[in-house]
Amino acid sequence: MSSLPPAPEPPGSAAGFRPAPGWCAREVEEELPGLRLLTAEAHVARRGPLTGGSPPDVHGRLRELSNRMRGATAVAVRREPVPAAYRVFFRHIGLDPDVERTPIEAAVLERMLRGGFLSGGLLQDVLLIALLDTGVPVWALDADSVEGPLGIRASAEGERLGRYHDAPPLPARRLVVADSSAPLAVLFGGLAPGHIPLAGTRRLALYAVQVAGVPELYVEEALWNCRSALELR
Amino acid sequence: MSPSEQLTIDRNGASVPGVCGPAEVGEQAARSSLRAQVARLERELSAIVAEGFPHIGAVAWAPASSGPSMLGLEELELLRDRLAGRVQELRRRAQARAEHELRAHELLERMKLEPARYKFVRLPVTDLGQRGCGVWEVRPRFGLLGMLAGWWELKLSCGCPLPGGSRPVRDPAQRLLRPS
Repeated sequence: MSSLPPAPEPPGSAAGFRPAPGWCAREVEEELPGLRLLTAEAHVARRGPLTGGSPPDVHGRLRELSNRMRGATAVAVRREPVPAAYRVFFRHIGLDPDVERTPIEAAVLERMLRGGFLSGGLLQDVLLIALLDTGVPVWALDADSVEGPLGIRASAEGERLGRYHDAPPLPARRLVVADSSAPLAVLFGGLAPGHIPLAGTRRLALYAVQVAGVPELYVEEALWNCRSALELR
Repeated sequence: MSPSEQLTIDRNGASVPGVCGPAEVGEQAARSSLRAQVARLERELSAIVAEGFPHIGAVAWAPASSGPSMLGLEELELLRDRLAGRVQELRRRAQARAEHELRAHELLERMKLEPARYKFVRLPVTDLGQRGCGVWEVRPRFGLLGMLAGWWELKLSCGCPLPGGSRPVRDPAQRLLRPS
């Protein structure tokens, strides 16, 4: 495998930005060394709804990234250090990355199929840009629906995904991102209904999953990218 | 990866007093060893697919799982064995492809040296491991005259067809309907 590309430089005030480390259940930590959750809170200062159209600067960035990603990149991306680390981790948790693609590979494949990165709303675009820039996926939860710090653990028997009455049941031992009282997302999977940011959500709990082989700087950069893009006035 | 190449897993494990039982520690070490093997196999699989594209694709070989979870020893062993089998199959395909390209290169050399022996033989550039739609072909120089005189030459076609297709044929009927 090739060596790591030059680490992204934290722009502006990113140097002082330190995401909060999430907790990790002991059994998970022992079984999957290198797995970490990093979180950051973001206050949306952009005008307009989170799920609405993106401003021109975000559109421009997506266009630029669309031009940068070509067919050759789509094939070679699996050998780059950060995406390769996520592929290995997917295998370790029982996911086949050729069936359930890693976030970066899924994004690049979409680019090939659609001919470009199409806008999916402000929040989705910001998360996508961070993913394409760093290779690290970032998710956002409605911060007002989160109780306490986020972390990673295995689900217990009879638990549900989310706190609300329509929360779907979870099988036991599923790896989840949880707060102090309930699982809020499946690891590398969907968010719990009722915790997904809506158009009017202004406070977000961002989280990124670091796995063995992914330098922390990349994860910090991904979170910083999202936060700074959302907090821009 | 042959079974002999696979790392031996110590199922008995070492004893760590006061932490957990020897069997538990041994099993944890075995899982860790299996994960290291899975990582190595995954990297090799990715390398073969990336280097062999588009002739060797990463076809999914396992049914979609139900979701992320911590795998037990048996599951990890099964995953490792399946992955090793898949890598072996892809290695075979990569080897076969390399041999095919080598034979194609040799044929091209012979076609260059003695074109008259390979009349109308066509060799796509993809067989040589190159991208594009070009085709090497032995054709008679000056058409029928060359064919009769035995003047053969090796030519490379100009490449992929234009995205807009060939030049539209003028339709006399359409021309007649067009207002002057």
